[in-house]
Parts: sequence; structure tokens; C-alpha cells
Amino acid sequence: MAKKSPVLAFAKELPQNIFAGFVVSLIALPLGLGLAIASDAPPLSGIIAAVAGGIVVALFGGSHVTIAGPGNGLVIVLLAAITTLGEGNLYEGYLFTLAAIILSGGLLIIFGVLRLGAMSEFFPASALQGMLAAIGIGILAKQFHVMLGLTSIPGGTIEQLMRIPDSFLLFLGLHPFAGVLGAGSLLFLFLYSRIRNPYFHLIPAPMWVVVGSIGIGYYYALVLNKEVPIDPELLIKIPDQLFSNLPRPNFDKLFDLNFIGVVFSITLIAVIESLLSIKAVDKLDPRKRRSNVNKDLRALGLASIVSGFLGGLNVVTVIARSSVNANNGGTNRSANFFHAAFLVLFVVLLGDQIQRIPLTALAAILVFTGYKLASPENLIRIYKIGPEQALIFLITLVTTLFTSLIVGIAVGILFTFIVHLFLRKSFFLFSLNIFKPNVLMYREDQSGNYYVSVKNFCSFLNFYRLKIKLDQIPESEHAIVDFSLCDFVDHTVMEGLHDYQRSFARKNGIFETIGLDIHASETQHPFAVRKSLPINVLMGLQNALSNRQKNIEQLAQQLAWNYDPKIESDPKGINRFLFFESKVVNYSVNSLYDDTFTLFDLSFSEGAFITKEDLKGTFLLFKSPIPLPNFVLDKEDFKTALYHWAGFDDINFTKHPDFSKRFHLSGNNKKAIRTLFNSELIYFFESHPIFHIESNGTHILIKGKERLSSLQEIKIMLAFSKDLLELLEKQQ
Amino acid sequence: MAFKPFKTLLFGFAFSPSLKANVYEATRLANYFEAALILLHVGEKTKEKENQFQQLLKECPIKPNEIQTYWEEGNPITTLANACVKYNIDLLLLGALKRENVVKYYLGSIARKLTRQAPCSVLLMLNPSVERSPCKHIVVNGFDSPQTHETVEAAFYVGTSLNTEKITLVEEISESRVAIAVNDDRSLRKATLRKEKIDREEKLRVTDIVEKIPATKRDGLKWETQSIFGRRGYSIGHYARVVRADLLVMNAQEERRFYHRFFPRDLEHILAELPTDVLIIHSKSHG
Repeated sequence: MAKKSPVLAFAKELPQNIFAGFVVSLIALPLGLGLAIASDAPPLSGIIAAVAGGIVVALFGGSHVTIAGPGNGLVIVLLAAITTLGEGNLYEGYLFTLAAIILSGGLLIIFGVLRLGAMSEFFPASALQGMLAAIGIGILAKQFHVMLGLTSIPGGTIEQLMRIPDSFLLFLGLHPFAGVLGAGSLLFLFLYSRIRNPYFHLIPAPMWVVVGSIGIGYYYALVLNKEVPIDPELLIKIPDQLFSNLPRPNFDKLFDLNFIGVVFSITLIAVIESLLSIKAVDKLDPRKRRSNVNKDLRALGLASIVSGFLGGLNVVTVIARSSVNANNGGTNRSANFFHAAFLVLFVVLLGDQIQRIPLTALAAILVFTGYKLASPENLIRIYKIGPEQALIFLITLVTTLFTSLIVGIAVGILFTFIVHLFLRKSFFLFSLNIFKPNVLMYREDQSGNYYVSVKNFCSFLNFYRLKIKLDQIPESEHAIVDFSLCDFVDHTVMEGLHDYQRSFARKNGIFETIGLDIHASETQHPFAVRKSLPINVLMGLQNALSNRQKNIEQLAQQLAWNYDPKIESDPKGINRFLFFESKVVNYSVNSLYDDTFTLFDLSFSEGAFITKEDLKGTFLLFKSPIPLPNFVLDKEDFKTALYHWAGFDDINFTKHPDFSKRFHLSGNNKKAIRTLFNSELIYFFESHPIFHIESNGTHILIKGKERLSSLQEIKIMLAFSKDLLELLEKQQ
Repeated sequence: MAFKPFKTLLFGFAFSPSLKANVYEATRLANYFEAALILLHVGEKTKEKENQFQQLLKECPIKPNEIQTYWEEGNPITTLANACVKYNIDLLLLGALKRENVVKYYLGSIARKLTRQAPCSVLLMLNPSVERSPCKHIVVNGFDSPQTHETVEAAFYVGTSLNTEKITLVEEISESRVAIAVNDDRSLRKATLRKEKIDREEKLRVTDIVEKIPATKRDGLKWETQSIFGRRGYSIGHYARVVRADLLVMNAQEERRFYHRFFPRDLEHILAELPTDVLIIHSKSHG
């Protein structure tokens, strides 16, 4: 690819970033309002945080497709801060909390300057999950009542959870309409990913909830000419003068121990949430760039300070909104900026409509968020890694619920260490070696490979040493990590290595770990035994073949092809297709193959966290007999038309109006694509069923339906690709 | 200053289960180096012990031409250090008692004190054996230090004497020389390029050291270089373990300032972990 001027490239990508920013703002609006209300802060404080984050982080940040704004994890800390610091007076508490937010922004900047971005590795993965689950339960416990219209349920998390049945019995008597609306919204959120209509999915689920509930309000006002049967107490209130009377952060409690605790809690959660999100979003970046974590932390800190002075919550990198951005074509930080700009527009132009949003609908979104954080699936996943991991998870979870976040995570760390001692039964291994360097990395002179050797032990306590070295290896190279001198490797490290494996695979590098198999036999290494291939453990429940599998097997016999029902956790050769750039491939299964064709079912996910959707599809891959330009061919529809409008190219042929109308064709090398698509090939596509087809230069990928294909459809796909191959061979 | 071959070897022996292995190893080495061997026991001299020891020496298959045995009493470390001066010793041999972590630590701490006090080179034998185990691969430091010339020369001298197959010169390069923090793709690219440049420079420097050694002294010996970016004094020990080197040749401590006792430097990591047999070359010209 020729080097383009960065300004020109930026300008060219601007429309699609504006589009992505718009879609993100659709979800940022309800989340911003909801998170603020859940923290007992004024509704707009969440929007202010998103706007400050969007503008400041877009200008000074170091990541590319992340979105900054108010975070889920902070709800609990902020809520506790506002209620305790204010000693009953919520508004006073809010002003004190603003001061805490500003100070924590300062701390965040210091973190970034000191390059403590690697800090998130000090937290054992299972303990971190436990803490997040506790946050989720906290949100869920409080918001469940709000969702049913009962805003003032007192008590701690546990008490609130116990009262959920009571609220169920109560709400129909108190706020039947608002309560049913809230419960209905929650149901809708759970069912959203089941509805597989692509147009429907253009608008994120939370926005549907908001638009739907506003719509119902209008229906009552305009069609029935009645008041909405929702208590005005349960509607959002926005002050009339938006910017004239800014709240003044109150720094009076600067030396109060409680206040200092709040500052540290906010900072801790902000750092953890941001770092986890940045790491996850980097895997969705279609350009496969690496984020400058420390620069991002500095920008987030600055954004929090700005937001705090304007009366907003603190700013973190948020995973769900960022994934929506990546999935909708966001390519650089301008999308973050535009998401902020659209939010400002919404608040200024649609203030009246926003005031029609019922709190119960927003609470439903938060309950859904809380559920996703605390989802039982997480516990099951962790349990499958190892029962001791589940124990760590649960102990952290319970401690956090009964005490505070800081105590909870501290107990989690301590308990993890005790578990490690118990598993390894040697205190010396850890105590003698903890401060010693234990990682050697060098580039082998002969092969040019990067060799990394780790000795003594490697756990969350010293994973950062390994990480520093691994981060110095370009992901397009071949890296070998050798654990044969290492006596103990924990789950946090294994999971971290798995992340590296993925990012190397994305950039066509090779990342190998060796020396772990010895552990199983020699030292009965607990984690290596159970965790060396995480996905196999997850998918370990291989039952007898299903009917569909049997049918495929029969088809294989009929065609004299091979059939393999096994799960492949690391499918080869598909990362280089555009389709997977902002998606995460989970595993492939049921491969049906001969020398040229491979047909397989693939599980992949789009989005993350509350916008995450696990998808399955049937794909067919074959090697092209001739070199091809990279292209993507798909059905032309409303969605691709929208993309076209957002700046994605469509190559049209004046000679073939039918083809141009029905197909959306895109790719960088337009000239080569136009040569390839001659009349014969175009006629072929016109006269056959339409598939999503991609070329990566050497291979062609054909995607079936938005779900797994049936046997009938598989046969059609096979016949289609055989004909296509024949046609390509003719062009040779 | 050029390296002088080892003329006189001193071995401080103790009556331990591995005495036989240690003595066999010491006599064999003295023979390979064509050097005189002085055996010194720090402790009480009894008839019984002397008989036992003479018997052992008699059975020894490979012996140097000149062997002397002394018995002295006193503090082991000062006695050995003084003996090095008294008998004009070139190389002091120290044997491990048994391969155990505590013992290793003990040997390391004795060696640390002796290298500070003794005015000669020191060889720490971790794995003495009655039968000869060949020394196939020597790893030697290629630090950017005036002592390195002599150390590399010594490694080639030992290599030719012991019929070694391969010598690897390891340049440990401090990360601070790269001076680019890896944050994102661009800084990574920059850092990688800079490392490649430093790597080339270091290769040139080390190759130059080897080529200054007269060809006759490195006849037929295969040698290669390996640059490692990492903590100085640490990486080479870990490397020696990874490549299963039989001998690691190191410069003696450069500076002996007070604060270095608290902040481990070059040799400290190696003496604390003893990845393999270690030969510490005490450069005569740079005391």
C-alpha cells in the first residue's frame, strides 16, 4: 500500500468515524443518564463525563478505537461516596465526590506519567472477576427495585437482594405502568440478541429501550390525549439552565480519611476498568494497532479533572461503547470526539424528549449491565479452569459485597497467594525469588526468533516482568516462551499468554509456549494441567454426535471427503479476512474438508460486554488458483447503502446495472477488482444464490447464513464454490 | 595486557563425601593446563586424614607433573586468600560439597568473599565427577569493559586446553541504552530499529576482541556471539542455564565500592544462583 498523507487519510475516514460516533452516542446517552442516576448523581453528570471524555481523550489519548465516558464499575464506589460523604445530604455528597473525582484524575495522570499501565497485571484474574461480579450484583440489587418503580429501597446490597421478592409483590399496586415498562425493557434486552434482523440491530438495544419508552409517552400525549400514567417522580429531570449554574466541587474534606479512601477507590477502579477495556478493545481494532496505555491513562486523568470541574462523573475507557465503535467502522479517535459532539446535540436539541424517559427503563438497562457483570456463566467458566479459581472468585465476591471494593480485592490477592502456596507447597520458591529478575529474552542470531525463558515461578506477582519483555516483541515475529526452568505458572499468566497468542495471530506472527508439558508429569503443575489450552477445557463436554453432525458425516462419506467433529480453539488462516477484523473468533468445529475446500462451523463474537453477541455461522474456505485482489462482496441492502453513505466504497459497473444494484463490492485495489470481475464472473454471481464472499489475496471465504447452515444449505454452498473455483481456474 | 596461562593451581580441599570427585577434577584440570597443583587443607592435620588423602592421590589416574600438599589451620577464607599470595597462584579451585540449594548458596558466599580477597582467578566447580564430563560449551561475557579482553582470551585458552567445541560470547546490553520506552506500535518499531543498530555495534566490538587474539590460540574453536538486552549480570547466567553451558567465564568485579554490597552487580546474581561451573578471571592489569 502506498503511503498516503495522514491528513488525507484522516479526511477520507472522517465520514465513517462520524457514523460510528453517532451509533455510539445512541448507546452512550441512555448509559450516561442511567449510570449517573444509579450513582445518585444528577442525570446529566454522566453525559458531562462522556462529553469530557470524548473530547479530551480524543485529543490527548493514546488508543485508537476506544470510547471514554462514565463506567459501570464506578457506580458502586460513587454511590457509596455520595451517600457517605454527604452524610445524608445527597447534593452535598455529590459536591464532595466531585472533588474526589478531580483528585483521582490527578492520581491517574501521575499513574500515566510513572508508566504504571502494567499495574493491572498485579491483580489475579479470578479475584478481579470476583470483584467485577460484586460490582454487578451491587448495581443489580439496587436497580432492580428502581426498574419496578420503587426508588427508595434502603439497606446494603444483600438486604436489597433479599427484598426483590417483596418488590415484585408490591410494584403492581404502586407503579403498575412504569414497573411493567421496566420489566418489559429488561426482557427485551435479554431477547435482543436472539432477534437476528440486521436492520433492527443498527440501533443498539439500550437505545431501543429509550426510544420505545419515549414513544409510549408520546403515544399517550398525542394519540390518547392523556397524561402518561407514570409518576413524574419516575421521569428524568434536567435543570433548565444547562450551563449557567455549574456545581462547585467541595474540597473541604481534603484531609478526611473517608474522603481519601474514596479518592483511592475511584482511582483503583478507574485504572482497572480502563486498562481491562483498552486491552480488550485492542483486539477489536480493525487496524490491529497497539494502544499507548500510559498516554491514555494521562488523558483519562485530565478528562476526569475537566469533567469533575463541570460537575460530571469520572471518565474511564468503557468496553461496551468501544466495541460498538469498532463494529460500526470507527477507525481513529475522532469517533470518540463525534460521540461527544452528538451527545451535546442530543442534550441541547432533545432536552424535552430526554425528560420523558422513565427511570424504570433506564434501570432495566442497568440491571442488564449488572447481570452481565455478575453473570453465572462467568463463575462456570472460571470453575472449569479450576475449582480453586472458583473459590478465589467467590471469596473475593463475598468479601467485596460485605466490606468494600478495596478490602475485597486485597483479600482476593491475599487468598490467591495462599492458594498458590498451598498448591506449590513451598514458601521458599516464592519468598526467595520474588524480587529477583526471572525473565531472559533474546533474539536468536541464527533464526531471528525471539526466545524468552522464564525461571523460578511466574504468577500475578511477577507477571509484569514477563510482560515488559513480551511487549518488546513485534507481533509479526516468531516468539517462543520457554517455561522449562519455571516451577510454577498461575492462571493469570496463562490467561495473559493466551491474549498474546491472539494478538500475535492477528498480525500473522507466531507465539509458542513450550516447557509446560513437563510440568504436568514432573511437578504435577495444577494450572498447566488444566489451563494449558483454555478453550478445550471449556468445550470439554464432547457428547455423541448430534443429528446435524451425523448428517454432515454422511455427506462426507458421500463425497469421499473428511469429516472432523472436533473443536479447534485456534482456527488457522481466517484472521486475515476483513470480516473478522473487529470480531473475536472463539473456535471452529465440524470441519468437512478435502484437498481444496474446507467447510466449518465457526463461533465468533461481536461487540463486548453488554453489547456482546455470540454468533455462529457456517463458512467455506478454499485456495484460489489465481492471485486475487482483496475484495468483499455482499448483498446490497439498506445496511450497505448506509455504509456507502458513511464513506465505505461500493464498486459499481455501468455495464452491469443489475449486478451493481444487487451487490455491494468493495476493496482497495479497484483496478484489479474491475479486471477480475469480468462479464462471465458477474453473470455467475447474478445467477446464483448470494453469499457473503471475501478474498484475502490467496484464499476465498464464503459465509453462509447469519446462523449455522442446514445440510441443504451446505450442499448449495459446496456446489456454488465448486462452480466458482472452476470459473477462476478458467481465468488462469 | 595479554592473558597469562595458568601456571600454578590451588585447590582447597575438605574431607567431605565428594572429596574424591573434587580431587580427581582438580588433578585432571592441572594436567590439561600443564600447571603445577597445590593442594591445601585448612584444618587440623591428623595421621588418619593424611593417609586417607595420600591413598586417594595415589589412585588418581591423571595427574600433573607437580603436586604439593599443605596443611594449615585458621579461617578458611583468609588462609586460602593468603596462600594465593604466598604461592603465587594463578587459579584457585573451589569445589561444591553437594548439589543442594543451601550448599550452592554457601559456595556462592565463600566465592564472593574469596574473589574480593584473592588476587587470582577463581573456578567454582559445581559438579565435580570422578569420570571426566567433557566441557563442550563455554559462555563468556563480552561486556564493554577493559577487563573483557583478558577474560575472552582466558576463555579461548581454557577452551583449547579442554578441547571445547564451542564458545559463545554474550554481550549484555542494558535496556537503558535503547532509551526508547515501548508504548505503542511506533515506539516499538523505533526501539526495534535502535536495538538492531546497537546489536550490530556490539557484534563488531566483540568480534574485534576475538580477532585480536592470535590465531594460534583459538585454533579450530567455533565461536559465536549473542546480544541480550536485559539486566546486566543477570541475563548471562540465565542464558548459560538455557543453553546448558558447561562453563561460564566472567570478569571479576570491576568496582568494589561499599554500596555494591547492597545493590547486587554483575557477579552477584551469578554467585547467588550458580547456573553452571563459573570461572572468574581476575585481571592482573586491572586490579
